[in-house]
Amino acid sequence: MSFLQRALNAGRFGRQSTTWVVGLLFAVTLYASVCNLLLPPESMFYVSTYTITLLGKYLCFALLALSVDVVWGYCGVLSLGHGAFFALGGYGMGMYLMRQIGDRGVYGNPELPDFMVFLNWDTLPWYWYGMDQFWFAMLMAVAVPGLLAFVFGWLAFRSRVTGVYLSIMTQALTYALMLAFFRNEMGFGGNNGLTDFKELLGFDLQADTTRVALFAVTAMLLALAFLASRFIMDSRFGRVIVAIRDAEPRTRFVGYRTDHYKVWLFVYSAALAAIAGALYVPQVGIINPGEFSPINSIEVVVWVAVGGRGTLYGAIAGALLVNYAKTRFTAIMPDGWLFALGALFVWVTLFLPQGLAGFVEKQLARFKSSSKTGSSASDLVEEASS
Amino acid sequence: MVRSIPIWILSLLLCLNAGRLAAEDFDAVVETHPVYELLLQLPKASFKTKNQVLKGLQKLSGNDAVPIMEMWLASELYYDKASRQQIYRVSKNAEGKFDIARLLRADISLVPTQSIDKKLLKKVRTNNKLRKALREAIARTTLVNGSESERLQAVNAMLATINSDSAQLIEAALENEKSGEVRELMQVALALHLLIDGTPEQQLSALPQLQERLEPAVRSALNNALESAEADSRLSLALSNTLRKIEDRIEFYGLVEKLFFGLSLGSVFLLAAIGLAITFGVMGVINMAHGEMIMLGAYTTYVVQLLMPNHLEYSILVAIPAAFVVSGLVGVAIEQGVIRFLHGRPLETLLATFGISLILQQLVRTIFTPLNRQVASPEWMSGALELNPVLSLTYNRLYILAFSLLVFGILMYIFKKTNLGLNVRAVSQNRAMAKAMGVKTQWVDAMTFGLGSGVAGVAGVALSQLTNVGPNLGQSYIIDSFMVVVFGGVGNLLGTLVGAFSLGVTNKFLEPVTGAVLANILVLVFIILFIQKRPKGLFPQKGRAAE
Repeated sequence: MSFLQRALNAGRFGRQSTTWVVGLLFAVTLYASVCNLLLPPESMFYVSTYTITLLGKYLCFALLALSVDVVWGYCGVLSLGHGAFFALGGYGMGMYLMRQIGDRGVYGNPELPDFMVFLNWDTLPWYWYGMDQFWFAMLMAVAVPGLLAFVFGWLAFRSRVTGVYLSIMTQALTYALMLAFFRNEMGFGGNNGLTDFKELLGFDLQADTTRVALFAVTAMLLALAFLASRFIMDSRFGRVIVAIRDAEPRTRFVGYRTDHYKVWLFVYSAALAAIAGALYVPQVGIINPGEFSPINSIEVVVWVAVGGRGTLYGAIAGALLVNYAKTRFTAIMPDGWLFALGALFVWVTLFLPQGLAGFVEKQLARFKSSSKTGSSASDLVEEASS
Repeated sequence: MVRSIPIWILSLLLCLNAGRLAAEDFDAVVETHPVYELLLQLPKASFKTKNQVLKGLQKLSGNDAVPIMEMWLASELYYDKASRQQIYRVSKNAEGKFDIARLLRADISLVPTQSIDKKLLKKVRTNNKLRKALREAIARTTLVNGSESERLQAVNAMLATINSDSAQLIEAALENEKSGEVRELMQVALALHLLIDGTPEQQLSALPQLQERLEPAVRSALNNALESAEADSRLSLALSNTLRKIEDRIEFYGLVEKLFFGLSLGSVFLLAAIGLAITFGVMGVINMAHGEMIMLGAYTTYVVQLLMPNHLEYSILVAIPAAFVVSGLVGVAIEQGVIRFLHGRPLETLLATFGISLILQQLVRTIFTPLNRQVASPEWMSGALELNPVLSLTYNRLYILAFSLLVFGILMYIFKKTNLGLNVRAVSQNRAMAKAMGVKTQWVDAMTFGLGSGVAGVAGVALSQLTNVGPNLGQSYIIDSFMVVVFGGVGNLLGTLVGAFSLGVTNKFLEPVTGAVLANILVLVFIILFIQKRPKGLFPQKGRAAE
């Protein structure tokens, strides 16, 4: 309990936003679940299963945005390749779901997924072994991206690759993985990816209850990730991380092994992204190499930029807002979305460098200072922009 | 009504003209060309008489009959069913429709005609034997009467089916042959004939002549001879020696070809990356919309081609400056509108320019539809330079290779020798100091960015000759371009040159071993590892300015 308490007690503004975020998440989840499961479809308060799935998807994206914010907003490491960790987590879950299909596939092979039968393979590749066990699959779904992040981060941070170079390298990483996963020989379904899932832990994936449960689990894990990130950022470790962002050489001269801090933060962030991916796949029902494409990763960065980097709740809010806008926009005028997204990039970087969170906090501070003319306002802004 | 009057007059004139032609043709006063006389036998001829007609054709004329024989070989020779006194040529055009042309009685030239339907015509039929005879006849005639390249071609055509007849023919032609190249090939043909039909001694004597030949006919003849020469150990040793020498040479040319493909890919990389080397390397601005500048250049080529459909040959020459201007202006607009305000914030610049790239892509998709557009290559860029039978280099790749080096040279000149270059280098090394010395940094920024973008547009013109033009054209090069610049060393144009060519060649040499996709991945991984070791690239900038 001390972890929760410490997380909740951290910093004045931190405490406020934490309570708000966790509370809102809890309330929305409860409301949506109850309205979906208990109310009849005719009721005006009924929440359709489609909406539940959509909300679940948004929350996965929010978790992904959170993971990018942790490294970008707090440590200044702009990763344009977090989609890779997300997709790898998704593939981990996808492999488990694939094995759960068993002999209900089109070819009815109890061992091999359909696409392997189609490719005339007669045995399961070694890396598919054990993926029929849920715990093992989930372990792999988080461990493999984590390991990749560790190796990549260890190599990059140790040789002090920073700034734009690092960004471009992360982009190259996800690009290379995309090319690799497009190959049939990789054993991950090539172009089509993994799909046609039937059930998760014995629960039918199409059932309303399963959908609601997945949504609730996503919300819960998002809340947990939020609290954990809050805790980390308020700890000594987090202080060093922020110091690295603001003045890396100085931090190094003071005596911190900055590369170690950065690597572990990177691994933590990759694990969050992987969890988001693993939650995403059963809800949308497919994972394919398109998830690795560099533009996806860059979109995540925009969510964070719009919401306000360096504030955990900003990243979540940004992901939810932009994705809601995307859903609406693509329905009304499909061609307009890329215009809007592109304009959003330019607009946010030019006019809202701190994102919506920065904007709201500035307004709040102005409001408070005009009513109280206290000195706490400048304090507040500093905290928010850090 | 008024507008239709010229059309009326025109059609009237056309009618008159057609009438005149028809009158001329049926006029018996016109003397009939001897070739035409012979051809008139064809409608009623059996295959035997057709053979005789062919012999007559050969005897009668020098080069005149060759086009006729070629038509005949291609089954394009027709006569009219009714009178059997008219010879026509019916050929399929590019759209798959039939073009009909009439052979004139007087000088056997062709006149296009619409007045007769294809149904009223009958084809002059051929069989395999006749086709073979036709091919030989064409080769023979050109062997004596053709131009140098035609003679070469004729001997080449005879190589595959050399027999004592054609050997005799070649021997006869050799006596009067002046050109050394044709003589050499003729001697090869004779040696080949000896190898196929001769005694072991003759075979042995033929070998030195064949040692360095790469023609497939020579190789297969050597293989055949080797198989049948089991008993004669001296001969088989000599044969296998010769064969090995030839195969070594083929392997060598295979390497040369791979190198050429690698250099060609490298030239594409260079063109795509050189603009980036300016904006990113020299100015330090991350322009994620760089790929879209390339795309704009490619679309400019397409539009220029649409605007001047009658001058396809030169449209690409017009497109180069046009693309430079279009992309350059867009680049200046981006610099003035967005990047200027994000100075010293590279990550934000990256995001904003990425947003611009999305907008540009969508814009192009809205205007030109998402479908790929085809840009036609001019005549002088198609075809291949055939160095020898196993090595031919396509002209478009050669031109692009030369063009990329030219662009590189011009840029080097601008940077090293002009005022603009001096200013750019000054600003990139120490902005504050340059400003203090009176350099208009803002103007220099805009010009540099415009230059980099314009060069990207020019790269788009070159790329439009190699691939289809689509909205995603630029996107596929942006990561490679960044890799090239980072690999070569930021702020160093020469590094970009070396980086582009070494990556291109590495890629092409890996490809046969690993497959194209895996080669791409391996190169990316290699660069990622390379950057770990040398974060400043191959040729890091020296001095304090680099930090």
